[in-house]
Amino acid sequence: MSFGPDAPLRLDSGLELSEFTLAFQSYGELNADKNNAILVCHALTGDQYVAGTHPTTGKPGWWISLVGPGKPLDTDRYFILCVNVIGGCMGSTGPKEINPATGKAWGLTFPVITVADMVRAQVRVLDHLGIDQLFSVMGGSMGGMQALEWAVSYPERVYTTVPIATAARHSAQNIAFHEVGRQAIMADPNWMEGDYLSRGGNPRAGLSVARMSAHITYLSEPALKRKFGRKLQDREHLTFGFDADFQVESYLRHQGFTFVDRFDANSYLYITRAMDYFDIAAEHDGRLANAFKDTPVRFCVISFTSDWLFPTKESRDIVRALNAEAANVSFVEVESDKGHDAFLLDEPEFHTTLQGFLDGAANRKGLKKP
Amino acid sequence: MSEFDASNRAPTGTALRDDLKVIAELIDSGTRVLDIGCGDGELLQYLTNERDVDGRGLEISQARVRECVSRGLSVIQGDADDDLRHYPDQAFDFVVLTLTLQATRRPHEVVSELVRIGKRAIVTFPNFAYWRVRWELMLHGRMPVTETLKDNWYETPNIHLCTIRDFEKLCRNFSLTIEKRQYLSHDGTPQRIQGSGVWANLFGEQGLFLLRRS
Repeated sequence: MSFGPDAPLRLDSGLELSEFTLAFQSYGELNADKNNAILVCHALTGDQYVAGTHPTTGKPGWWISLVGPGKPLDTDRYFILCVNVIGGCMGSTGPKEINPATGKAWGLTFPVITVADMVRAQVRVLDHLGIDQLFSVMGGSMGGMQALEWAVSYPERVYTTVPIATAARHSAQNIAFHEVGRQAIMADPNWMEGDYLSRGGNPRAGLSVARMSAHITYLSEPALKRKFGRKLQDREHLTFGFDADFQVESYLRHQGFTFVDRFDANSYLYITRAMDYFDIAAEHDGRLANAFKDTPVRFCVISFTSDWLFPTKESRDIVRALNAEAANVSFVEVESDKGHDAFLLDEPEFHTTLQGFLDGAANRKGLKKP
Repeated sequence: MSEFDASNRAPTGTALRDDLKVIAELIDSGTRVLDIGCGDGELLQYLTNERDVDGRGLEISQARVRECVSRGLSVIQGDADDDLRHYPDQAFDFVVLTLTLQATRRPHEVVSELVRIGKRAIVTFPNFAYWRVRWELMLHGRMPVTETLKDNWYETPNIHLCTIRDFEKLCRNFSLTIEKRQYLSHDGTPQRIQGSGVWANLFGEQGLFLLRRS
């Protein structure tokens, strides 16, 4: 969906995008009242392919276990929408797309974007589809940040929100990890000061290292131990070299290697930056509760016990701020040893909770049962 | 798999536990209610379905919170000692605390929080001066185990037990108005005891108090 120069997208940085495209996928049917839409927001390296088959990787969509007929996000009941974020690299305007003003890839001339900018862009899609109010907006990690931003900036357009494994601000530790990733990309000579697309390069090694280091933060020590332990990769003995002796090394290398085929390095810089800048309280006189004043939105906050990237404390801070405004909030910490990635995986407790919350809200809203 | 099976859920509209029935009678329709220690959400579910109440719950057990949220109730994991202070003044019409006060670390602070965040507070607790309790201690010289106080001394969550008279005194000290007092047997059925005298303190098995700030 393309938006013309008549209505530019104003960004937090003060700059404007006069022409921009947003790629999105939808599942299920929008009903006549247009009140059954759920906006799913994707995480840092996610994209709009929530269900179905991913066109690049050929793998199932990243939330296939939750989205589909009879699943918690029941496509027979809801209209599920997911938009590739602005700054992304799966069809929405971002650093790898062509800047119409120069005819060259944007690269580092692309303006720095924020989570609020991502949401502002999604609003345009909803306006275009004629959806006044989302039945729900949800997502994990950066998707949860967008879900929170929606509830805070457009409370009248959101009936319920489910921020999962997320925080109201990006922590120092998380900014630090992102900085490691960015430095890995920028240290790769093939990054070429961000101009690699015009000059025929690709910082594969840098992006791969960024992905590897980030991937560790998505897991947990028990999960790594259970999955790999100190097991060796296709060998009986240590090789006394720097080949991937251990399974965990091989796994990480594979993660890094496959990631570069589907992700743009500059996009990685921009999107991690957007997360780093995210701080809802800062925009509300330093008090998170101010952001939720008189909110009509029904919240369901979900965290996972072994998530150390977005630990439960971050979710609890959100819940306490909501309580301080006597907002309508549910909060569940799901037991899982799978770390931050748990929100993407088949966690029955998580799924039952989400389903119960959505069913309850849908019945209250009078949405027809399939 | 989760600790409960969605298909085994109690259907809505089932009979309420007797003590919850008595509490539900005190709560006006269409009000905003916070149930502290809401358990599996039985009272909240009833009030939401039958009384059009805007209900919220606070529950210490993670498994029960999940069960409540899965039933469509607005419940958060937390406890009375730590989480009440985050709520604003007079945010609820009714705040309910059933058989939980004696398990809190600072019951006096919890009570003052109840009447701060709620226009009215409903509190129930086991009466430690109930004759069977006294009998157990006096006759056998052992920590009482009764139908209301089911656990042995070494495994009980009840760390701050009190009597009807103790609670009355606490309310006086905090200048709380007791709008209603009622006594319930261990199964929650109302007892025919009036007032707050020696008789009530001896024969009231559980106390139920409707409080507000004076």
